[in-house]
Amino acid sequence: MAGIGPLSEEGLVRLLNYKGKRVKNAKFASYAEDLTPDDLRGFWRDMMLTRAFDNEATSLQRQGELGLWVASLGQEAAQIGSASVLRDPDYVFPSYREHGVALKRGIDLPEILRTFRGHQHGAWDPAAHRFHLYTLVIGAHSLHAVGYAQAMDWDGLVGSGKPEADGAVICYFGDGATSQGDVNEALIFASVNNAPIVFFVQNNQFAISESTTRQSKVPLAQRADGVGMENVRVDGNDAIAVHAVTAWAMEHARSGAGPVMIEALTYRMGAHTTSDDPTKYRTKADEDYWRERDPIARLEAHLNSLGELPEDFVDSVAAECKEMGKRTREAVRSWPKPPKHLIFEHVYAEPHARVEAERTWFERYEATFADAEVAR
Amino acid sequence: MPQFQSFPLPDAGEGLTEADVVTWRVAVGDRVEINQPLVEIETAKSLVELPCPVDGVVTELVAREGDTVEVGSPICIFDIDPDGPPAPEGVAPVVADPPPFADHVEDAPAEEPAPAASSAPAASSAPAEQEGSGAVLVGYGVKADAAHRRPRNVEVVEQIGGVGDTEYPVLAKPPVRKLAKELGVDLTTINPSGPGGLVTRGDVEQKVKTMSAQTLATYANDDQPWLETGYSNDGGRSTRVPVKSVRKRTAEAMVQSAFTAPHVTEFLTVDVTETMNLVAKLKADKDFADVRVTPLLLVAKALLLAVRRHPEVNASWDDASQEIVYKHYVNLGIAASTPRGLVVPNIKDAHRLPLKALATELQHLTAEARTGRVSPARMADGTITITNVGALGIDTGTPILNPGESAILAFGAIRQQPWVHEGEIQIRWVTQLALSFDHRLVDGELGARLLFDVGRVMNDPAHGLVWA
Repeated sequence: MAGIGPLSEEGLVRLLNYKGKRVKNAKFASYAEDLTPDDLRGFWRDMMLTRAFDNEATSLQRQGELGLWVASLGQEAAQIGSASVLRDPDYVFPSYREHGVALKRGIDLPEILRTFRGHQHGAWDPAAHRFHLYTLVIGAHSLHAVGYAQAMDWDGLVGSGKPEADGAVICYFGDGATSQGDVNEALIFASVNNAPIVFFVQNNQFAISESTTRQSKVPLAQRADGVGMENVRVDGNDAIAVHAVTAWAMEHARSGAGPVMIEALTYRMGAHTTSDDPTKYRTKADEDYWRERDPIARLEAHLNSLGELPEDFVDSVAAECKEMGKRTREAVRSWPKPPKHLIFEHVYAEPHARVEAERTWFERYEATFADAEVAR
Repeated sequence: MPQFQSFPLPDAGEGLTEADVVTWRVAVGDRVEINQPLVEIETAKSLVELPCPVDGVVTELVAREGDTVEVGSPICIFDIDPDGPPAPEGVAPVVADPPPFADHVEDAPAEEPAPAASSAPAASSAPAEQEGSGAVLVGYGVKADAAHRRPRNVEVVEQIGGVGDTEYPVLAKPPVRKLAKELGVDLTTINPSGPGGLVTRGDVEQKVKTMSAQTLATYANDDQPWLETGYSNDGGRSTRVPVKSVRKRTAEAMVQSAFTAPHVTEFLTVDVTETMNLVAKLKADKDFADVRVTPLLLVAKALLLAVRRHPEVNASWDDASQEIVYKHYVNLGIAASTPRGLVVPNIKDAHRLPLKALATELQHLTAEARTGRVSPARMADGTITITNVGALGIDTGTPILNPGESAILAFGAIRQQPWVHEGEIQIRWVTQLALSFDHRLVDGELGARLLFDVGRVMNDPAHGLVWA
């Protein structure tokens, strides 16, 4: 990788080219060998569902139903491909754009929108889904993830000699997070402690408006070289390659062999958030280049070339997507205003004097309003 | 039957307050579906296409292309039941807000500052309530009237206090607690400056300073304590101090003035409520943010305006040559009590200064006087003087002329008093003005006219415009 820039496609692990044709890879092809046409159709369906949900959420924001939305458009292969290898004992620390991963972890996608409607900080039980709450502070969760991974190790849940029972942590963040102090500390800590963790960087090429080229002179995966960590760069729009690379990395981590950093080179096809206007900092030519490399279209082309995407399946997925949109819209509009005391819940695991004092004060404050019906 | 629903302009960014309608993608009468392109708008951040929020028929485009629309105002109206039976005769159509929006409005943040235990009652908190926090994460500001307020039970508000007031002990490290104990300082009376509300050693030391009374000998910059040069006799029961320095000059000036110029003093009591309002307004004015706006400033301006109408008072009696010297400039003296005694520095060419510059000069002058470092040039060639006896809480006095001048205005304390205003007894801000003048060159009538004009501007500052 030496001597190449941060967005170079040279040396990326790739099993499907952008026209949907299989290509060879000596090290990683074996990790995709057991994928059946059914599995691939499943990837395609999950990517389609994620996108349908994502598009509906964008519309809802534009209609004033959400304060903000963070689209995953274009990153579906990186998310579905990697999450497809996760098992129950694994634990996921997402940032805030991992809607595809959420789907794979059994989250009812509309629930994500409670946060973006300003109702709740997080709407699922992280322990039940083994999927942490979204973290909005860039890179902050990388340290939580390393701590969790070490604890799994100390609890004997890693490298136990029974591979099926072993687990590891996977932590998702973006290219911008790799410039943060937290992430660098996490990499160092994970490396020297041999923590069972996979750092999955979705390099979508922009930290809001800042190009990856303004954040690194070298591929981001090389950050791991600096701390002596295994690392690999993969074509993030190739669901099969992402699956293979992540399968290898998670096995590595679960076995107790130590952490891995995966850089999935992808492209954020939409805006950073609904508050952002990407036309101000990137060209249409750039967008067109990557639209041609749409991860869903690529897998679709591959399945079609295999004759494994029958019309009735396509139709049923289309219906599912439509239903996903409708259900999302209806769910968002049906939620009642959350009770105000909710803000004091789940601040600490155990009762806490200060939170209690603030809750008491807030109740008294609420009682000063003439319409004090919401004060519990 | 037709069911009308409006589409209020959403905030397409974070904290945007308005947007321009660029292009409608639909027309009145069009049948529309959820999420089909509806309209293109341009916000302060970007061009955004809004998808249609309902299935139905467009019945009205409220906002036209090119309009700038506030977030939350309806931009179009749909009939969301276009296929039902027509409305019965005589039933007026009702346009509903979409349900979620009603919810949002009610729940909008009230921008309510947490009330402090000591917060003043309703009257004085009124201006504060007009200010939003102005804070937005990303965006282009909040409209001043953006907050929707929930009705309050005002009496209760004052009682609830703050969380920190009642619930937590004072935070301080043990050595600081020990120090406070030794010095007899009550930690709860200190305003902590340390991180997280921690009382620091410096806070305690600062508190001690404000607790100890200052002795006469330690006034700032007083390099000549008043008894220092004196000597004591008759057993220490009195001290004899040579007359010199400022005291000597003051005495000479007063004797010369009092016994050469025949003094006449006239008085006028004025309702200065409007002047007080103007002071408050100027204090809030950005242009005056870096100067002190005081009633004295406006009296000075009023006097300058009056002198312009009656320039004959701005003169000097030259006894030696038996001439009256009329000055075509005003060097406005301000009698100032300094650590070293009474001095009357003046603002040179004050008649040329706009209000802001006058305020700046006044501030320089007061600052110099306070340190006792007033240069002789500052005190030379005054033409007329103001003495602000009100600053000492005094209603008025009969001031003695600064030698070489022909008029001096005493400005008394401004008090709230019952006053007949527009035919009723009301509480008004009232003050007394006293003008002493040299009767050799200023007659009673001229003095009266000058004083009356000062009073007129103080009573109604707008009068200054009439004369300007």
